[in-house]
Amino acid sequence: METKKKSKNKILTYFSTYKTSYLMMFPYLLFFMVFTILPVAASVVLSFTDYDMVQRPVFVGLENYFQIFLNDEYFIVALKNTLIFAIIIGPASYVICFLIAWMINELKPLARALVTALFYIPTIVGAAGWSVWRLIFSSDQYGLINGFLMKWGLLNEPIGWLTDEARIMPVLIIVQLWMSMGISFLTFIAGFQNVDKTLYEAGMMDGIKNRFQELWYITIPSMANQMVFAIVMQIVNCFAVGEVSSVLAGLPSTGYAGETIVTHIMDYGNLRYEFGYACAMGVVLVVMMQYSKKFATWLIGRMGH
Amino acid sequence: MREKKQAKRFTLGKKKMGMNNRRSKIGNGFVILLLLLLGAFMAFPLYYTLIQSLKPSEELFQFPPRLYVLRPTLEHYTELSQLMSNMWVPFSRYLFNTLFVTLAGTIFHVLFAGMAAYPLAKHKFPGRDALFAVILLGLMFVGQVTFLPSFIIIAKLNMLNTYWAYICPSIGASLGLFLIKQFIEQIPDALIEAARIDGTNEWRVYFQIVMPNIKPAILTVFIFQFVNIWNGLSKELVYEEQLKVVKVALEQVSASNAYARMGSGMAGSVLLMIPPIVVFILMQRNVVETMTFAGMKD
Repeated sequence: METKKKSKNKILTYFSTYKTSYLMMFPYLLFFMVFTILPVAASVVLSFTDYDMVQRPVFVGLENYFQIFLNDEYFIVALKNTLIFAIIIGPASYVICFLIAWMINELKPLARALVTALFYIPTIVGAAGWSVWRLIFSSDQYGLINGFLMKWGLLNEPIGWLTDEARIMPVLIIVQLWMSMGISFLTFIAGFQNVDKTLYEAGMMDGIKNRFQELWYITIPSMANQMVFAIVMQIVNCFAVGEVSSVLAGLPSTGYAGETIVTHIMDYGNLRYEFGYACAMGVVLVVMMQYSKKFATWLIGRMGH
Repeated sequence: MREKKQAKRFTLGKKKMGMNNRRSKIGNGFVILLLLLLGAFMAFPLYYTLIQSLKPSEELFQFPPRLYVLRPTLEHYTELSQLMSNMWVPFSRYLFNTLFVTLAGTIFHVLFAGMAAYPLAKHKFPGRDALFAVILLGLMFVGQVTFLPSFIIIAKLNMLNTYWAYICPSIGASLGLFLIKQFIEQIPDALIEAARIDGTNEWRVYFQIVMPNIKPAILTVFIFQFVNIWNGLSKELVYEEQLKVVKVALEQVSASNAYARMGSGMAGSVLLMIPPIVVFILMQRNVVETMTFAGMKD
């Protein structure tokens, strides 16, 4: 009898604990569901429709997706550019972040703080910070690059760095690299500072000779979790390139040379009001991000073992 | 707990000095050279923005362009403040909008995300892992990717052209919750159990025991959130002049006549960069401590 009562009490307390748990999460989850999850879910639904926000959505099946891949030559350009950013910027800034974090890990605390600030600040200054690149790569002779190349006699005429189809992407890559050292960089810094130092001592006994071996056999394996988190941040960073392109090269850029999936979505959503079509592109983008994450995590999992 | 951690760091520092001895000199020189090059690349655009904002107009349009300023002047800053004071919406209104929206978005996010992170980290309840998986998925659904469907939803909720359009989406962001949750996980269960035995309810456990112990995480999320809102406020969601923020107003001023106002545009850029930089530098230590626990297992 008594044990029964006890177990009943237990269930009751369990229930009340659950209730508190759910109640504590409720305010956040409300906002999270409505403003983070619902947009993506709505995108999936709307991607099968023709929708302009004025009339009711009309179901069109897979038509938007066929249109995207078979009938929209600029989406293919956008896809290509987005993949270029992902393939170049993603790994490059990841590796650079990692190496810099590794280098400054051995500096004195003050110097380390200064370098951290220097590498992180470009990420947080936003559009106000990167609009200066428009002056650096300006198409007239007052542009910094043009000015100096002409002064040194390497150029006779100013080059349209942000207006020539062939030059837009290289310039955007440089700018994007400059501003993508953000959160993953901080994560690495923290990761390096917290590798168990006794492992290094043990490694020395086991015959680890130089800093590269130490990095490969000790540091990387013990930072695996941080590295996965940094990958997620990095993927978000390079697949979401768009604002930089639209501010520096214009929307649309000359001959759509700087088009990315995000600017293509801006084009169809904000300018042409073809929301169903734009949502379908958004779905493609999110799916690509998910698969790149899977691939990159798999790659990291194989490192250092 | 914190004392313990500091003690650990102290001993680490000692060991490290021993370690440095087996680093080669050439290696160190190479590292320093590389750091200087990369550092120059990172710093130059910021430096150039500042220099351009201090150049008098005749120096701005000079061939070849100079990397330094001969006669620094604040004329663009005064010009900017004149332009702003001539607008029909007073500058103080833009400033109020910005501060209100940024602070409300940041404070409510930190409050709600912290409250949700505690049960996710320390309670066992049905659906917890599934819920956390969804939140991890949400890390990728950032504003730059979902801006269009978000716009539709905000429009359907009749929030266009209100402060809510700025505030609500930022409260529901994933990153803050993730960072706070990871940080709470490393708080010893014994601490929480002890409070429970004393009969403290879970709300008070969170606000009185857990929250004081996760200050670094809270401050870090505060910075990230502040910076995101400050930079991310978009023109599409709020187009009524009285509700716009400083950033949009400054951009309008310099964009309306890009050439003639290049100097004041640069001055505006400098002013806009100051708040995020100051906030970050003040709280940098907390950020590094928080990111230590930001690990993720696949």
